[in-house]
Amino acid sequence: MAEGDARSAVLSRLTRAGDKGVLRFITCGSVDDGKSTLIGRLLYDSKLLFEDQIATLQRDSKKHGTTGENTMDFALLLDGLEAEREQGITIDVAYRFFNTEKRKFVVADTPGHEQYTRNMATGASTADLAIILVDARKGVLTQTRRHTYIANMMGIRHAVLAVNKMDVAEYSRSRFHEIVSDYLRVAETLGFDSITPIPISALHGDNIFAPSKAMSWHDGPTLLAHLESVETATEEVASRPFRMPVQWVNRPNLDFRGFSGAVTSGRIAAGDEIVAALSGKTANVARIVTADGDQPEAVAGDAVTIVLDRDIDVSRGDVLADPKARPEVSGQFAAELLWMAEEEMLPGRSYLLKAGGQATPASVTTLKHKLNVNTFEKEPGTSLKLNEIGVCTLAASRAVAFDPYADQRDTGSFILVDRFTNQTVAAGMIEFGLRRASNVHTHAMDVDKSRRSVMKGQKPGVLWFTGLSGAGKSTIANLVERKLAEAGRHTYSLDGDNVRHGLNRDLGFTDADRVENIRRIGEVARLFVDAGLIVTCSFISPFRAERQMVRDMLDDGSFIEVFVDAPLELCIQRDPKGLYKKAQAGEIKNFTGFDSPYETPEAPELHLRTGEMSADEAAEQVIEQLIRQGLIG
Amino acid sequence: MSDIKAALENYAGRFSGAAHPRSRPLSPHLKALEAESIHIMREVAAEFERPVMLYSIGKDSAVMLHLALKAFYPSRPPFPLQHVDTGWKFRDMITYRDTLAKALGLELRVEMNEEGVKRGINPFDSGSNLHTQVMKTEALRNAMNRHRYDAAFGGARRDEEKSRAKERIFSFRDAHHAWDPRNQRPELWRTFNTRIKAGESIRVFPLSNWTELDIWQYILEDDIPIVPLYLAADRPVVERDGTLLMVDDDRFRLHAGETPQIRRIRFRTLGCYPLTGAIESDAASLEDIVLEMLTARTSERSGRLIDHDESGSMEKKKREGYF
Repeated sequence: MAEGDARSAVLSRLTRAGDKGVLRFITCGSVDDGKSTLIGRLLYDSKLLFEDQIATLQRDSKKHGTTGENTMDFALLLDGLEAEREQGITIDVAYRFFNTEKRKFVVADTPGHEQYTRNMATGASTADLAIILVDARKGVLTQTRRHTYIANMMGIRHAVLAVNKMDVAEYSRSRFHEIVSDYLRVAETLGFDSITPIPISALHGDNIFAPSKAMSWHDGPTLLAHLESVETATEEVASRPFRMPVQWVNRPNLDFRGFSGAVTSGRIAAGDEIVAALSGKTANVARIVTADGDQPEAVAGDAVTIVLDRDIDVSRGDVLADPKARPEVSGQFAAELLWMAEEEMLPGRSYLLKAGGQATPASVTTLKHKLNVNTFEKEPGTSLKLNEIGVCTLAASRAVAFDPYADQRDTGSFILVDRFTNQTVAAGMIEFGLRRASNVHTHAMDVDKSRRSVMKGQKPGVLWFTGLSGAGKSTIANLVERKLAEAGRHTYSLDGDNVRHGLNRDLGFTDADRVENIRRIGEVARLFVDAGLIVTCSFISPFRAERQMVRDMLDDGSFIEVFVDAPLELCIQRDPKGLYKKAQAGEIKNFTGFDSPYETPEAPELHLRTGEMSADEAAEQVIEQLIRQGLIG
Repeated sequence: MSDIKAALENYAGRFSGAAHPRSRPLSPHLKALEAESIHIMREVAAEFERPVMLYSIGKDSAVMLHLALKAFYPSRPPFPLQHVDTGWKFRDMITYRDTLAKALGLELRVEMNEEGVKRGINPFDSGSNLHTQVMKTEALRNAMNRHRYDAAFGGARRDEEKSRAKERIFSFRDAHHAWDPRNQRPELWRTFNTRIKAGESIRVFPLSNWTELDIWQYILEDDIPIVPLYLAADRPVVERDGTLLMVDDDRFRLHAGETPQIRRIRFRTLGCYPLTGAIESDAASLEDIVLEMLTARTSERSGRLIDHDESGSMEKKKREGYF
């Protein structure tokens, strides 16, 4: 071939007439089923390994390899972190890339161990297809079922059952069929669009790129042929109602105001009517702006900037949508949650919910049931531990615009973030909104909080005294209330004595009960604030998250956190109720400061060191704080 | 060099005033990658207070900046560019950098570790490890601290190196700029956890899912100007331990018996000139480069002397705060 021909051949290969875009897939399966080996094989066979990478691999194979003399341990290519190479396991998702003339592939190699389920879900959340590997000798395992369930739950539409290590199962056709029928019994109930079984040997390359000579009985496609031809959801997503979550308001000058975002489903053309889901206001699309010029239309997957024909209230977090098929807008909804943190999920605790550009405090109101991912059965439960899945109802502080996850992955999903550690603690897939609930809170009453406040001549608020038992919370709170009463202020005080015996009689001292205890107290305090009162609350309240939850229930400036700080030794010495003595004797369990932690406030409005001042001095400081914050004059 | 200056000014014109419609559509897979990167950049602009783009002048930075220009069009990217200058970059790189920033009207911040300069750190006497540690890693840390950046874009790709294959797009760094590979935040869908405390930061890698070939193909299809050193030309080099080093200025220390020879070379990556190996090549156009890429048999980082010692070395550097 002449040089010029070679060059034009390469360039036409590069621009790829048959370019089908990108296919994202995950590989999953049990620990030794050969996931990493399979991906290494795909990279090797697609000629994407360079000579120096092969040399490194050969060297590493000798040092750490487990596949014996003279074979390359492809798994070592992928287990990128040193710890993994030493332990021979995959602890985090690795992303790999290869391409053929038809497609670019993004592979997420996900860990097999149960304790890394969250990493698998991470890989699955953006994947179109899952390759579920099964060792031909071991057949369908618990892990196989779990991974299949999670892949389906995360919205993957296509499954490939890759029965691996056929070379050590004598390339047996009957063994393959046995495993396939076993698997289909499990997977067919889940509703994948396609399930494609393929017998392979990743180590030797059978049915990966080339059809296996040893398994000529296999009449289906090779793995690669299937990956190249499977249809992704792109077409289907483009046919759904238009959605574009607004990421950023583009305002270079006074003459231009555009809304930048990625179209997550459907299509939009200049002139079309849209609705801003949160405000409910409609407008028409004037322009679809990109740096490559205005576009007549945009479809799912495009990143654009939309200019509207009139000014309506739109900001980050809102969703531009088809007015004839709007997303739901609600502060309460049912969702499937995958818990991803060491610290367990507690109903009532406040988390930050992030959905697209929307962010709002939210809590789980009820856990309807947990799911056993190994048997797919529903089980009762009160909380979720790491890697557990459950169906919950959630309440957000603000209404959220969303679609059911089954319809729209991007607008149907959210994450929960711990508000103190900032860890991502859960992945959520919304099932449906609880519309009835969203209409309850909007009745505007004639006599409202501000009117009552004016009548009482004070700004209502909550003084939240937190600290160890014996630190002096109740003593100081009593003094404060007395001083306020003398000055003609209207107050109420809540403490363990008047709450534990009535309102919260049914609660014990487990972590979950402590959360619920504080939640109820917070709600009651909020009602009193609504009534115009200054409320003193004296509770150990050891968890930051719960104190934050109460803070979130109230308007800014209405929650005054007072950290009553005394050294533990001093509290033990004081021991006003004899509780430390009982705790030391083992008669009380989960006693704060003793065998249960106290999380000190990070930024309290007031920090009182009661070892260094009298109770009266402390109470005076609280009064001064109230004046500083403008609650009293 | 006047060619490249004219090319850069012409390029800047594409992003001011009326947009320039493309003559032919992008390849579908590049369009998908482009949209993903733009989405990532807009998230950062919306959620962080003091974002920055770590700009290294190379081809990946060229693509990253190009994507930022597109992401915020008709606005300019709402963040400055930060270059960490070791004092040993190729002269062509500095010319390209300054011309481009000026033509685009972008704020360019340059950080040089003056302490290191005073200590006389240089790639010849100090060795590549110490030089990189002081002039690059420490300088970057200084810049991060001085400007209190809370998010920094980097042009790293997952296909470059094994430890990068596992890194998140939004990669959390503690107050000491260290990466903890065992405790990464799960990253689902297109929803990124951007929450940090004071002093902490996030490195953001919008090119995570691009490969080297994607980068070149995009540069070709979208007509992005790059530093001319990527294209083959006759340049003065010495061969040392099997590596071709370009004699870019008179600070280059010639060993006894070494005389610079003119050879037709180009670079696959650009860094400090005494630490960056060239390849002999006739690829003088982008088309030629892509053609060469398709038949290349060594990976691009092999031209960098800093990654060589052992395959875990990049992970170690990253834990210490390297890009």
